[in-house]
Amino acid sequence: MSATTAAGGWSWNVVTDVHQLFAYPFMVNAFLAGTIVAVAAAVVGWFMVLRRQTFAGHTLALIGFPGAAGATLVGISAAAGYFGFAILGALVVAATRASGTAYRGFSEESAVVGTVQAFALAAGFLFVALYKGFLNGVNSLLFGTFLGITVGQVWALLLVAVVALIVLGLIGRPLLFASVDPDVAAARGVQVRLLGVLFLVLLGVAVAEASQITGSLLVFALLVMPAAAAQRFTPRPVAGLVLSVVIAVTVTWLGLVVAYYSPYPMGFYITTFAFAVYLASFVVRYLVDRHGSAPARALHARVGT
Amino acid sequence: MITFDRAAVQLGGRVLWSDVTLSVGSGEFVAVLGPNGVGKSTLVRAALGLVPLSAGSALVLGHPPGRSGRDIGYLPQRRSFETGLRVRGVDIVRLGLDGERFGIPLPRGRGGSRRTAAARVAEVLELVGATDYAERPVGQVSGGEQQRLLIAQALVRRPDLLILDEPLDSLDLPNQAAVAALIEQICTEQGVTVVIVAHDVNPILSYLDRVVYLGRGGAVSGPAEDVITSETLSRLYQVPIEVLRASDGRLVVVGQPEAPAHHSDRHTGRPRP
Repeated sequence: MSATTAAGGWSWNVVTDVHQLFAYPFMVNAFLAGTIVAVAAAVVGWFMVLRRQTFAGHTLALIGFPGAAGATLVGISAAAGYFGFAILGALVVAATRASGTAYRGFSEESAVVGTVQAFALAAGFLFVALYKGFLNGVNSLLFGTFLGITVGQVWALLLVAVVALIVLGLIGRPLLFASVDPDVAAARGVQVRLLGVLFLVLLGVAVAEASQITGSLLVFALLVMPAAAAQRFTPRPVAGLVLSVVIAVTVTWLGLVVAYYSPYPMGFYITTFAFAVYLASFVVRYLVDRHGSAPARALHARVGT
Repeated sequence: MITFDRAAVQLGGRVLWSDVTLSVGSGEFVAVLGPNGVGKSTLVRAALGLVPLSAGSALVLGHPPGRSGRDIGYLPQRRSFETGLRVRGVDIVRLGLDGERFGIPLPRGRGGSRRTAAARVAEVLELVGATDYAERPVGQVSGGEQQRLLIAQALVRRPDLLILDEPLDSLDLPNQAAVAALIEQICTEQGVTVVIVAHDVNPILSYLDRVVYLGRGGAVSGPAEDVITSETLSRLYQVPIEVLRASDGRLVVVGQPEAPAHHSDRHTGRPRP
């Protein structure tokens, strides 16, 4: 029953298959968009996992949903809604944090953030209900789609991702310092709180980007799983960032290919492949730790810094 | 290196301490002592410029506090790193070298500067005896090992002044003795002035050039044997205090005023990630 959805099925002749895949402009756009989004999400996600801010990421993703639904309702692009609401949400989350203690960590604000999260989801539901005939769209807003990505959208994703990565490249080192060692960083003159706010905005941007491929609910497939797996594979910052990107891009490509040849949704495949890598990272870590430091060194040497 | 002149600090509208006058000379090993909650950490944070003075004045390395961050190594009072934190000890030390500079995290850098940085990190790791476990994730090494890594981080820029806030806290006794000896060695061999906040003077007693005993209405400083006496402390805290000397030379202070409750949450063991 599968393999008939697209023109011609999977033939095990990779050259033919790839050729066939890229014969469709929409697939080319999907690959371009998916790659851009995967890179941005993997890099920002690495810092998010390190900073223990996955809950904030989740919240921003859910805030993006009413943004996208509302934008569709008023007739502008869903992307604008994702970006607008996710960035606005980042500033709101930053404001609730700033009024709390100086320590990072989300335990104090979790009730506030959880409340906002639920309300955002409900508001999105309302917008969807108001927009009659939009029912198919709900699935793609929540669980992602690779259909109908335009060249214009690809360029928009690229532009935003490049800006976000340049900013992150500039603040990367003080951000790492502030993340692992906020007290000493502050004593050295690092603007710990300002960096925190800036990072939340970048997180909002990455979430909005990823949402356009994976949907609001499955952003973590690209935002958390590759980064968390990479950190289990290696404690080296640069190696971890590179590995995170490699994992995210690989699962995205695999997900797109398999989804193209199968009747089941792409969001499921990307998430499942990412989950598999995450599980593998546990197994590898267990084996490496059990067999002492020699294989660990070999692994590190192989991954490089 | 550090002078305070009739300095005071207010926290939340309440005067924490006032009329504190003290000085720390070059190359000295000085302990800041006092009961929990009296504001010892605030004293060193004021010296770092992280807390403003509400009265009086201070000079640190010849400048007002906060101007000479580069030349001060600071080890804040802290929790240990989370066990799940997968960043290597060597990276923590490296961040002490240039972590505040903008750029990508811990780059390979360009040739010479990178090798210089790596060599300096290796050197300071060797100095504190942390070479063997510096490649492991910092969350997975012991408390004493983390403390050595953090001392290495504070030392990596060759500071003139090292400010350590309760570096012996939460270490077991053998580790307290070992880390105290390490700090003494750094002080004498590297010529670094050391200011150490402690709530127990005994592990460092034999190394100290001078102690600063902090109270609400001022501070007393001088050699340990002059300051840690029943008369001096009773006068400082205006309650009867007895200082007893155990047969092994350890000092026991009986009757210190207890800490105000609001300032003691740092000892509840709440993990600070």
